[in-house]
Amino acid sequence: MDIDALAGCLSSSACLVTQTTSGLIIGMLLFLVAVGLTLIFGVLKVVNFSHGAFYMFGAYFAMTAYQLTDSFALAMLAGAAGTAVLGLIFERVFMSRVYGADVLMQLLVCYAFVLIFDDVVRIIWGPEFKAMGMPAAFQVMPLFIAGGVVPPYYLLLIGVALLAAIVLGIGLSRSRIGKVIRAAAHNPGMVSALGINTGLIYGGVFALGGMLAGLAGALAAPVRSLTPGMGFSVLIESFIVTVIGGMGSILGALIGALLLGLIRSFGSLGFPLFTEGLMYLFMVIVLVSKPTGLFGKEAA
Amino acid sequence: MTELEAGRAQTLVPVRSGAVLQRYRDVLIALIAFAVLASLPLFTGSKALLDFVIRCSAYGLFATSLNLLVGYTGLTSFGHGMFFGLGAYSFGLIMQKLGVPIPVAFVATLAITAVFATIIGAICVRLKEIYFAFVTLAFQMLIHSTILSWASFTGGDQGLRGGIPRPVFLGIDLSNHVHLYVTSCALLILGLLAMRQIAQSPFGYTLRMIRDNAARASFLGIDVWRAKLTVFVLAALFASMGGMVMALFVSGAYPEFAYWTISGEGIFINMLGGVSTFLGPMVGTVLLLLLNDTVTRFTEYHGIVLGVVILFFALGLRKGLLDFVAEWFSHRHDAGKGR
Repeated sequence: MDIDALAGCLSSSACLVTQTTSGLIIGMLLFLVAVGLTLIFGVLKVVNFSHGAFYMFGAYFAMTAYQLTDSFALAMLAGAAGTAVLGLIFERVFMSRVYGADVLMQLLVCYAFVLIFDDVVRIIWGPEFKAMGMPAAFQVMPLFIAGGVVPPYYLLLIGVALLAAIVLGIGLSRSRIGKVIRAAAHNPGMVSALGINTGLIYGGVFALGGMLAGLAGALAAPVRSLTPGMGFSVLIESFIVTVIGGMGSILGALIGALLLGLIRSFGSLGFPLFTEGLMYLFMVIVLVSKPTGLFGKEAA
Repeated sequence: MTELEAGRAQTLVPVRSGAVLQRYRDVLIALIAFAVLASLPLFTGSKALLDFVIRCSAYGLFATSLNLLVGYTGLTSFGHGMFFGLGAYSFGLIMQKLGVPIPVAFVATLAITAVFATIIGAICVRLKEIYFAFVTLAFQMLIHSTILSWASFTGGDQGLRGGIPRPVFLGIDLSNHVHLYVTSCALLILGLLAMRQIAQSPFGYTLRMIRDNAARASFLGIDVWRAKLTVFVLAALFASMGGMVMALFVSGAYPEFAYWTISGEGIFINMLGGVSTFLGPMVGTVLLLLLNDTVTRFTEYHGIVLGVVILFFALGLRKGLLDFVAEWFSHRHDAGKGR
């Protein structure tokens, strides 16, 4: 425990800025993964345990595309589009078979794919750590805000994630498709009776969730090392986010992800060894005081 | 005696004698199983086989105790592995720091587990379904993080090293491989027998009723919270026993014992073997360990093989192996009657 370091940081604006931005990028990446998770749970009522694999594939797709085309934009696109297709196939071929089954069966199918996907990555890209490298466009002087160092890529990352959050929020509440999706989450039988293909909606939502996780992986690829199994810690953390925020709530996922990001970045100063523990402690406290999460609706 | 009581007495007598009969049968089966397992070293000198049975004992105790929660009570715990880890660490630490005889450490560990399980259970069991799963998972990870960060006491990510002292007690020398093997088998059989008694007792049937319809159980005057807490603590004790067998086997304790993957494996074992029969988890344990051992020997990509096998169970059979076999037999039985 190192309370002095934490107190020292809180009283210095430079450290405060640096830690807050690093907390924000952790939080924003987590948000992108977690919002897909919460969306899939909200509509399909499935806890997608293999969601971390989409994050991993997004990162690997982006790396390969970047190496082939040398274009950062294409790399992001490859990460997002590739995982969207993967999500659609995964949902239509496998997950759609276990909707009526026990929750444990659904978990088991996902668990099987966690194992399979990790090995697929190991076969295609090899077991060793990989790095995508920072694109040349972002290899510029970092910005100095109030004495704190902020790499420009961080700003892009936060911007893209925020944009995704806003588009998603408005799209779900205002657009026709968004309304159909929310209706399907509420009463799939009725939606189906009105002549709407619910299978398509389910597949679409799963693809969307996979795409967001893939985008997070692609965005993270330049700043984190790539390894089979990299999706796992992200999966656990985004689970915490969705549980803290409330399963099925997008706003909850955003708030939960930002809180967790800040806990991680400031906690690593004050409690370097117990940072993970802090997150779980926070989750326990939230769940014990409000079992449905901060923004979750009361269970019916 | 009123008419009502007389009627009840009449119907109850055969049921009770049936239960007693079944208890004798269970004890008999347990004795035979123990005799077979314990005589195994007489026929084979294979250390690998004995090691395999010891590992089955550790995981089997753990998985069967999880089934008390998942299969009998409908409490899907994702954090049951914390008691496995807690058992291994408490036992290892007591033996290393205090140097007491092994049975004392054994009982002390069970007492520590009971205290932890009561506190954690009291918080968790009032939550429903997926939330119960997540809170137990959170507690598991909290304990795992504590083990990792409290390095001066628990050895941190290196685990409890330097071996666990195993002083001879009443002629039982657990550093002797065969003694350790027979002790593990005895603990497994005793544990299974005790859990069987719990499952078949009136309390066990109360648990089934809570699983099927908690509201009805509550209307009948059953304190649901208390029953759930009781089974949570009981299951924790047996999981802790499994952890102790594991700690004795590897002569140490490692953070992986408290990691959530242990809970995941427990759930997986239950699904593999089946949750609707008492011995399902035991079958699952043997299956998973066999699978793990053989697959890792043949290919480095054992994730793919294991994954495909799981898919076969989840999408093909749609239930555990023993559930599948049991259902198949009852179908055949019914078909035979119909003819």
